[in-house]
Amino acid sequence: MKQIHTIIGKEWTDMVHNKLVLYLLILLPLLMTALPVALLYFMGKAPVNQQDMEEMGRLLANPIFGGMSPAETMQSAMASTMLILFLMMPLAVPVTIAAYSIVGEKVEHSLEPLLATPITTTQLLLGKSIAASAPAIVITWFCYVVFLIFARLFSVSDRVFNTFVNPMWLIAMLLLVPLLTIMAVSVGIIISSRSTDPRAAEQLGALVVFPLMAFFLGTMAGFILLNTTTFLLTSAIVALLDVGLVYAGVALFQRETILTRWK
Amino acid sequence: MAEFALEMRNLTKRFGNNLAVDGVNLAILHGEVFGFLGPNGAGKTTTVRMLACLIAPSSGEARVNGHKVGVDDMQIRREVGILTETPGLYERLSARLNLEIYAKLYGVKDVAGQVERYLRLLELWDRRNDNAGTFSKGMRQKLAIARALLHEPPVLFLDEPTAALDPSAAKTVRDFIETLRGEGRTIFLCTHNLDEAERLCDRIAVFRQRLIAVDTPDALRRQLFGRQVAVRLRTANPAFEQAVRGLDFVQSLSAQDSEMQIQLTDPEAQTPLIVRRLVEAGADVQYVAEVKHSLEDVYLSLVNGGSAQRGGVQ
Repeated sequence: MKQIHTIIGKEWTDMVHNKLVLYLLILLPLLMTALPVALLYFMGKAPVNQQDMEEMGRLLANPIFGGMSPAETMQSAMASTMLILFLMMPLAVPVTIAAYSIVGEKVEHSLEPLLATPITTTQLLLGKSIAASAPAIVITWFCYVVFLIFARLFSVSDRVFNTFVNPMWLIAMLLLVPLLTIMAVSVGIIISSRSTDPRAAEQLGALVVFPLMAFFLGTMAGFILLNTTTFLLTSAIVALLDVGLVYAGVALFQRETILTRWK
Repeated sequence: MAEFALEMRNLTKRFGNNLAVDGVNLAILHGEVFGFLGPNGAGKTTTVRMLACLIAPSSGEARVNGHKVGVDDMQIRREVGILTETPGLYERLSARLNLEIYAKLYGVKDVAGQVERYLRLLELWDRRNDNAGTFSKGMRQKLAIARALLHEPPVLFLDEPTAALDPSAAKTVRDFIETLRGEGRTIFLCTHNLDEAERLCDRIAVFRQRLIAVDTPDALRRQLFGRQVAVRLRTANPAFEQAVRGLDFVQSLSAQDSEMQIQLTDPEAQTPLIVRRLVEAGADVQYVAEVKHSLEDVYLSLVNGGSAQRGGVQ
């Protein structure tokens, strides 16, 4: 436990001293929060007519918008869809940190002395995973709270605001966000320990966002309905993926290959 | 306590078809400073990595402080300190933080005290809060040495500790290694700095994929070149050379102008007899001195084809 704690402390201290990573940690979530807030604000002001409603028929057929006026439905639907960005946040933020975590130490030659210490592969990877995951989860939750504060101000009615704190979004935030973060970090660490170039590792790591982009587009097009079942099902799938990825991460971390592949 | 600090039996490492280390047999005593000499790419770092449990041997076995490599790896890591070829510091972190992280990883009890002790010992205390990235090469190397010593390991691996350092920084590092000699640690020093090996090491091994020779520098000199004395006379004369050749203990003699180099088995006993014979022959002896071959001569002779000892536990 002490070893894991030391690795987490080291990663965080290093993160704080690395301005680029720090800006990435702060800037990206801020932008991702600003987007749904802006949409919420402008949708609340925009006039909605029947033609708009018909064009977005499939999206608005979601029962969670039942009993709402056209203006409420439109504001709630658009902002809800944009809330998917809060699920991208835990993917986009930690994956670059995780992707750099091993290969970065390789290129800075600090991995060899680290591996020479009495630390197990599981302790090392767990420490690095927690160090990359925890800030991403906390920042996502913080941004969600910020969004809720603005939602309280800009929602045209209580019914609209309630759609952002319904069980579906609470499951998404409290269950799916941590699970997605673990997935992103595990993928990042696997890429990092198999890669020889930090830039390539970061680029490859960014690809983890793509499945969620597809999910996002699917909801926008109305092919995927945002509801509690969808999020519970997605959580179950991601949890299974996480178990496999964590095992794969430890199995694929070959100390000897990593050290001797250095150039 | 195990009989040897380090023990290798037929230790071999292959990377695919490439044989990096070939059947090394070697035993190193507790408290010994052992020099591991060899050209670049000889397999020195690979050997150290095997002994520090960073990579696994392909065959053969090794023991560190009695613990078997590949079986007691965690215990070995607790008992060895390693200075890698490049310092590998966390450049954005301060010197103090760099050491604190490693002290915690090694389970040091008094982290702050031990960090302060080594920062002071290596004259880095005044720069303790500066980022390691701002340090000169010499300071980085000193910090990396401190890192390797924080947990007071009985066995220390130093891989090219003075490579790429300016003479002044190299001297500081070398002086510090010399102070470690008195602490009873076993030091396995990989280097191709022959002066450093001569000055610091009790024994040396010349290595190129396999052990070529192992012994003290003086013993290797004797094995390769025997013992020679140089005698300079006021004038050259073939009769003087003949007078010396007539002594039955003279193994070989070469003369150039007024100087002779004579190979002997026991210079302490035989040199006075040579001087007496020359004086009797009418020679004026200007000086007599034992010829000392440099370690460089020994090294080059061995690496370029010679072999003083091979096989067996040395």
